[in-house]
Amino acid sequence: MTSIIQGFSKAFSLILHLDAELLGIIVLSVKVSGTALFVATLLGLPLSALLGFKKFPLKGLIISILNTFMGLPPVVVGLFLYLLLSRSGPLGFMALLYTTTAMITAQSILAFPIVTSLSHAAIISVDPLIKQASMTLGATPFQVSLTIVREARYGIMSAVIAAFGRVMAEVGAILIVGGNIAGFTRVMTTTIALETDKGNFELALALGIILLSISLLINLVLHFVQKRGMAKER
Amino acid sequence: MSLFLKVSDLWKVYNGSPVLQGVSFSFDECGIYVLMGDNGTGKSTFLRICALLDHYDRGEVNYISNGQLLPHDIELRRMVTLVLPKIGVFDTTVFNNVAYGLRLRGLQREEICNRVNSAIDFVGLRHKSKQAALTLSSGETQRLGIARALVINPQMLFLDEPSAFVDVKNREIIEEIILRLKKERKSTVILATHDMRQAERLADRLLILMQGRITAR
Repeated sequence: MTSIIQGFSKAFSLILHLDAELLGIIVLSVKVSGTALFVATLLGLPLSALLGFKKFPLKGLIISILNTFMGLPPVVVGLFLYLLLSRSGPLGFMALLYTTTAMITAQSILAFPIVTSLSHAAIISVDPLIKQASMTLGATPFQVSLTIVREARYGIMSAVIAAFGRVMAEVGAILIVGGNIAGFTRVMTTTIALETDKGNFELALALGIILLSISLLINLVLHFVQKRGMAKER
Repeated sequence: MSLFLKVSDLWKVYNGSPVLQGVSFSFDECGIYVLMGDNGTGKSTFLRICALLDHYDRGEVNYISNGQLLPHDIELRRMVTLVLPKIGVFDTTVFNNVAYGLRLRGLQREEICNRVNSAIDFVGLRHKSKQAALTLSSGETQRLGIARALVINPQMLFLDEPSAFVDVKNREIIEEIILRLKKERKSTVILATHDMRQAERLADRLLILMQGRITAR
């Protein structure tokens, strides 16, 4: 018990005296996960809208695959990407293994089905009367689609938050394709895993606290945005 | 510019059973047309087809302006509007709900503001302008639907059972709004109801939809 309390005490001390290495790890984590989330949202949101508004062959199969991939094991994604990016792999010539690009790719693959599938669920759960109301007031088909996406905005935000939670906490895939190289591909989760192995619990705990604080902060901000959103629209 | 509607030999079949069986009628004067009929006689189907929301199987729906036949395009769809029995409220304020149709048309902010305030005044919702529309009562919601339609100055307004889900007090307010609409804006209103007394109170022309056909009284 004493060691845990000491660990927390030292962890808070480390956070207060934020050194350059710790700061670098935090910034890289946010950069990698933020970029991955951006890519996943950029690709996932249009696909979710397409799945929500259009009828086409194999649509049901695509939705089933996306739902299945929401629980994709990160190590499997890491392994798959490693095989593609390793020197003997088909994309080995791009020399992306052990780079932040490879880490962003891995996290984008993990976030994409979550953003797409949950956004699609939010879009199709919008009251069908909204579509009719929009049409009766003179909306073009594109304006109708935009209105429905807008009505689903809170569900879509939740999808993005869920995906961000997934990628920020992810360790398996980025450890395999990123390699946890100090000052280059070392992020919070991989550092926690490494420092725990080494018995350096203070740094691991400090990063754990920061990781949780970032997640809490993002959730609080989004909660605030959702509450204030309607008032600001005027 | 006056807009007239001429429906000729209109047929609509749902799951093998015909709902509209050769409906023909001309809405060629301003005023309130009340379409009566029991539930399931095809009143809503007829209004939805006339408002260009649904397809029909046979016949013609012709809008005529200044002697010219208008194509069924977005321009025409923006000249007519339908208020449904359940209007579909956007998850935003009363003001933004009413402003929706004007924003679709790309109007300037100032004009939107003036027209929205005038419309919500007209239906008695000015004091609720900033309120979340989803928190309105059913009667207020229906008035919101009418304001949303009025603000875009439709040349033909279809109202499908506008007081089906409201109490007596709100029904009276809605009827008053419809009568003021005729008097002050010289609009053509086509209203479907199964309430005979309401029909008598509002109608300039009473139409009966029975066995898939319209007869005028």
